[in-house]
Amino acid sequence: MAVDKETVRKVAHLARVGIEDAELAPLTGELNAILAWVEELGAVDTSHVEPMTSVEADAAPRRSDTVNDGGRPEDILKNAPERIDSFFAVPKVVE
Amino acid sequence: MSARQTEAASRLIKGATGDWEIVIGLEVHAQVLSEAKLFSGASAAFGGEPNSHVSLVDAGMPGMLPVINQFCVEQAVRTGLGLKAAINLHSVFDRKNYFYPDLPSGYQISQYKQPVVGEGAIVIDLPDGTSRTVGIERLHLEQDAGKNVHDQHPDLTLVDLNRAGVALMEIVSKPDLRSAEEAAAYLKKLRIILRYLGTCDGNMDQGSMRADVNVSVRRPGEPFGTRCEIKNVNSMRFVAQAVEVEARRQVDLIEEGGTVRQETRLFDPRAGETRSMRSKEEAHDYRYFPDPDLLPLELEQAWVDAIKRSLPELPDAKKQRFIDTYGLSAYDAGVLIGERETADFFEAAAKGRDAKLVANWVIGDLAGALNKRGLAITDSPVGPGAVGELVDLIKNDTISGRIAKDVFEIMVETGRNPAEIVEEKGLRQVTDTGAIEAAVERVLAANPAKVEEVKLKPKLMGWFVGQVMKEMGGKANPAALNEILAKRLGL
Repeated sequence: MAVDKETVRKVAHLARVGIEDAELAPLTGELNAILAWVEELGAVDTSHVEPMTSVEADAAPRRSDTVNDGGRPEDILKNAPERIDSFFAVPKVVE
Repeated sequence: MSARQTEAASRLIKGATGDWEIVIGLEVHAQVLSEAKLFSGASAAFGGEPNSHVSLVDAGMPGMLPVINQFCVEQAVRTGLGLKAAINLHSVFDRKNYFYPDLPSGYQISQYKQPVVGEGAIVIDLPDGTSRTVGIERLHLEQDAGKNVHDQHPDLTLVDLNRAGVALMEIVSKPDLRSAEEAAAYLKKLRIILRYLGTCDGNMDQGSMRADVNVSVRRPGEPFGTRCEIKNVNSMRFVAQAVEVEARRQVDLIEEGGTVRQETRLFDPRAGETRSMRSKEEAHDYRYFPDPDLLPLELEQAWVDAIKRSLPELPDAKKQRFIDTYGLSAYDAGVLIGERETADFFEAAAKGRDAKLVANWVIGDLAGALNKRGLAITDSPVGPGAVGELVDLIKNDTISGRIAKDVFEIMVETGRNPAEIVEEKGLRQVTDTGAIEAAVERVLAANPAKVEEVKLKPKLMGWFVGQVMKEMGGKANPAALNEILAKRLGL
């Protein structure tokens, strides 16, 4: 698997990472090097191995339906770059 | 044409170049009724001060781990069972990645390839009295996003994360719906089922249920056309309108030589049109992958079976039982089962009585009186016992059906019981033939000209009935009066 410059540009946009045109070629090279490295795993025959989605063999822990959090807007808003009253305030996004 | 073809033809829409068939699939987001959110201990209640129902998990703070709410899973399974659907004992949570200010972590935790509930079915009831089965494709659990407020500041959007992380069930239908009417009927029936199950309050005003409507058109018999998805339609009426408007747009577009582009659109009820939401176009690459913070959801069959045993009687079964045991029409039964509370009220009132008459009172006068006062049936000033007693008074000839309506008005106003009102106001109907005969004689004596006329025009007898009733304050037994009058007039 390999990526081209257009794919890199698209992925960067989807992740809202700003990159210059000049960076595209080196980034594409770096990403392809990483992908090639990961591809080495393909050398192992895993046709008889169940896919592993987690290193944890236990069942997922569950919580009960109890309200035991919230009620602390100041903590939630502490790192907000901008706020109005108890709202986060961000550059306007409208459909 | 066979009956089936005729039925199918009636749902086609006319274009300039021939008939078109509409194909509709609905994705309904139903908010799970729960105290806490899907993966955090913050409150799932509607409203609240901005950002007060938010935990650090919901705010997407680094290092926070989601832990699933067992009850939300139970609610999803219960809903699946209510939709006669397959329950997947193994399901997986995925990250759906997109960038928007109401989604602080940059991804929504959802289920993609392995949802908790698989295929099921809903029987929809159409206004003409027929029913159709519509397939359910799947149901999965996912998080709601926060709320963006655009109109409070000229340059800024305000974000409230109270909704962020609240559990939603996304219920996806198969593309089995063929008209605006069917789409509305599907949403209505789904809402009734969810409310019976107690898994969603179905409150569309507060956004507890919202639908994404997929619409395409095709020539009858041809493969599916390209579909457009109309986002966030929040009432049954708007779903029907959005389908009509969008189907018409697509037909006109194709007939003018254009092609439908697969895209996301917004329905504007005021303008009566759908508009392209261009900003959503490039975001369609969600890069789903299994959420590494969450282990697969493993359920026990015994646990699912226990939920199944606890299901209430569902609307379709209740409707059939009302038809079979009470002899109600499909229409009356359908109206009564629309709300579980109405069905319960009816059953309490009908116990050991003329159920059809009770049904008429519950659907007619009672529903009208409650509607006028904006009351729910659970707040009715007239209880089921009182409605039953009123029906008893009609059945045992204590009062006539007409007088019963007056008695009922007083019951609604005062909350008093019917027998008491009848006694106090002296409304008991007169069945004493002597008294009725006397009143008949008085009316005949006072109207000799009409007596001559009725011999030629027997229909005039109705006028005499009215006059005698008036003479007796409306209290004459109608059957006895008719008999006596007909005999006396020789008709």
